[in-house]
Amino acid sequence: MKISFQHINKWFGKVHANNDINFTIPSGTIQGILGENGAGKSTLMKVLTGFYQADSGEIFLDDKAVTISSPEDAVMMGIGMLHQDPLDFPPMKVIDNFLLGTRGGLFPNRKQVEKDITRLSQEFDFQINPDSFVETLTVGERQQLEILRLLWLGVKVLILDEPTTGISANQKEKLFATLLKLASQGLTVIFVSHKLEEVEQLCSRVAVFRQGQLVGEVMPPYDTDQFVYMMFGKSVEVADKSTFRSEVPYIKLENISLEDYRLRLRDINLEINCGEVIGLAGMEGSGQRLFLRMLTGLMRPVGGSILYGGHNFTGRTYPVFQKAGVAYLPAARLEEGLIPGMTLTEHFILSEEHHELFVNQKSAIDLTEDRIREFYIKGTPASQIEQLSGGNQQRALLALLRNKLRLILMEHPTRGLDIESAIWIWSKMKERCKDCTSIVFTSSDLDEIIQYSDRILVFFGGLVSKPIDADTTTVDELGQLIGGKGW
Amino acid sequence: MSLEPRAGQTPSILKKSTWIDFGIRLTAVILALVFTSLILVIAKAQPLEAYKSILQGAFGTTIKFTSVIASWVPLVIATSGLLFTFTAGLWNIGMEGQIVMGAVFTVGAFRIFDETGLDPSLVIFLAFLAGAAGGIFWALLPGLMKIYGGVNEIFGGLGLNFVAKTAAIWLIFGPWKRPGVASGSGTEWIDIPFRLPYIPGTNLSLTILIIAIIVAVFTAIMLKGTHFGLRLKAIGKNDKAAYILGIPTTRYFLLAFGLCGLFAGIAGAILVTSKQYSLIPDAGFGYGFLGLLVAMLVNYHPIWSAVIAFFFAALSIGNTELQYMGLNSYFAGVLQGFLVLFVVLVDGVRKRLVTKL
Repeated sequence: MKISFQHINKWFGKVHANNDINFTIPSGTIQGILGENGAGKSTLMKVLTGFYQADSGEIFLDDKAVTISSPEDAVMMGIGMLHQDPLDFPPMKVIDNFLLGTRGGLFPNRKQVEKDITRLSQEFDFQINPDSFVETLTVGERQQLEILRLLWLGVKVLILDEPTTGISANQKEKLFATLLKLASQGLTVIFVSHKLEEVEQLCSRVAVFRQGQLVGEVMPPYDTDQFVYMMFGKSVEVADKSTFRSEVPYIKLENISLEDYRLRLRDINLEINCGEVIGLAGMEGSGQRLFLRMLTGLMRPVGGSILYGGHNFTGRTYPVFQKAGVAYLPAARLEEGLIPGMTLTEHFILSEEHHELFVNQKSAIDLTEDRIREFYIKGTPASQIEQLSGGNQQRALLALLRNKLRLILMEHPTRGLDIESAIWIWSKMKERCKDCTSIVFTSSDLDEIIQYSDRILVFFGGLVSKPIDADTTTVDELGQLIGGKGW
Repeated sequence: MSLEPRAGQTPSILKKSTWIDFGIRLTAVILALVFTSLILVIAKAQPLEAYKSILQGAFGTTIKFTSVIASWVPLVIATSGLLFTFTAGLWNIGMEGQIVMGAVFTVGAFRIFDETGLDPSLVIFLAFLAGAAGGIFWALLPGLMKIYGGVNEIFGGLGLNFVAKTAAIWLIFGPWKRPGVASGSGTEWIDIPFRLPYIPGTNLSLTILIIAIIVAVFTAIMLKGTHFGLRLKAIGKNDKAAYILGIPTTRYFLLAFGLCGLFAGIAGAILVTSKQYSLIPDAGFGYGFLGLLVAMLVNYHPIWSAVIAFFFAALSIGNTELQYMGLNSYFAGVLQGFLVLFVVLVDGVRKRLVTKL
């Protein structure tokens, strides 16, 4: 299906989120939409899928002007969107998720739907069992499920909003293969991303957005520097590789074993030194999260011992770890990290230790304003946290970290951030390493892991590699290990 | 980047949304009145006459007016307790049972200290302590069941309401029955020195009024001004994130239940010492349920809850006057029910509109 935007404008209060957008996407192409956070990419996609109504302008589908008044409307017209956060129903079965999106029949035809799921799943080489519960799937699998569901509903336009955040390298490859196949079948694929490399690899044409405007359309061959210049209006330098790793071990793991209902990690031995950064690589769900949560006391090891600065912390709970200077930044920001419905100021009050009875509003607002400035958060002290954009929520999460910490554990610290912000955040974190703070983090971006880690652990199906020196390894070597080769 | 502080703007924005909020609630009240009037018309009564007689019933005489305040006291105390649990995201449906248990423990204390010859005011004090203990005990049960047994507090509370009422009935017809005959009208009355005296010429005890004001002010300060209140709110909105931010959620859940139970127990003790003077099967008088309605109606806002509780108390007292118009005196319940329904409805519609914009 051919899509054409004509003079689309969208305002949010004083923010001109889409400023007179004009362009056409021919059918059967993979159209890249590139831009940093807040550039207006997601807004335009939400206008296209009926989440928002444009303040002015028109959308043409196959040269016919249409009004899309709701997401359901969009699906009826053949436009489906894969959201950054999956919109499925975790406590229900895959098949029920399919049935929920359909109209009609009091008694749905479960048998037929089950067959359809299996057929589609095979066609794209996914392994999705209609009877498994959605909550047992990884982010990547949930994404596959959503793609299948949209195809099953018969969409002709598939929009993907930052689809590679949170999925493994392997799943990404599979995703790209799927998208290429779909495009060759005549589907229009819209790929929204801020990752240059992916856009260059996948898209047959790219539209670049900056501050609400479409700054240009680019056809292959692509020039990375040109993209960067278009996205930021200037060139961006990659940060230097610096290390603050000392020779003083601070954390000692002895024969740690971890278990949850589907995974088992055995006999992990590791020393983490003061100021060291350790990156955890591996497919989503290979045990990195268990490992991080063990280091925070949120997950109790089934065997072995944890020593923090010589003290035995085995079996202690999260508050004890926290008192000892451990901080945890979960990946699910609005579910585990931040509190929707509360303001930035309230978050900063909560994050600090207080022993007095009454809240000092004045000093809390002062602190919040300082942090807003320091971390370039786009918001006010009275902004509700859920009103901030994803990138700003991530900055807020980092700004909430207390001052004196010994160990920071982060899941996907720069997920959803543009390159510039990611570089800035890491410079902030590295500053902490100077004061002997150690960092352990997970990321699905191998470049990020190699760039910022001192040592790397690779997780694969319950196995944990020996620490790998980040200076001597390569993306290829890590990729092999993540894929299960070379163990 | 333009990141200069914008604290100056904040209050005006807040004020604006408060006014919108007020307007929305006013719409709900008007709708509730319209629908109640409609029902009055169906019942072949003059709506205006009915409202007038409710007003007269509530404020016509000093006795009536002080009865309204006497009825406001337990209601505002119950609502205050519920504000703590609501803020923590807990649905303490067991409030009614907790008030009943407060009354049971209060009466029990009087029975124990009846013959000891202790100073009556000391005995009353001890009875209030016992009532408070009863309320806390009964409130911690659903809390512990939730935390350690994974039982939703709504079901725990619902079950415990029945158990409390059954326990009261068992005591009334069993161990604590009146000499001679057991009666559904309750246990033997407590001795006169143990009854809180009314201000002359009124239906109101000064002591309970003071307690209610202290409780309401304490609740407002705790919830709006302290770290405790803020942490409770954080837990109510997202307990997982609150825990990771460093708030001991289990302890705060129990504290919220405990405080709620404390106020339930005090409400129970007040009902015994200033209203019923005995244990009756319906020892909570429905104040626990009514408190839930008030708390929902004010969207868990402490200061408004005192105002709305007064309105509800006036309705409850005033509507007895309706019998003289040939209407059932439970009629105020219709208006109260409509009020809650419309506030919830209008609020839902507003949220829909806001997300559409």
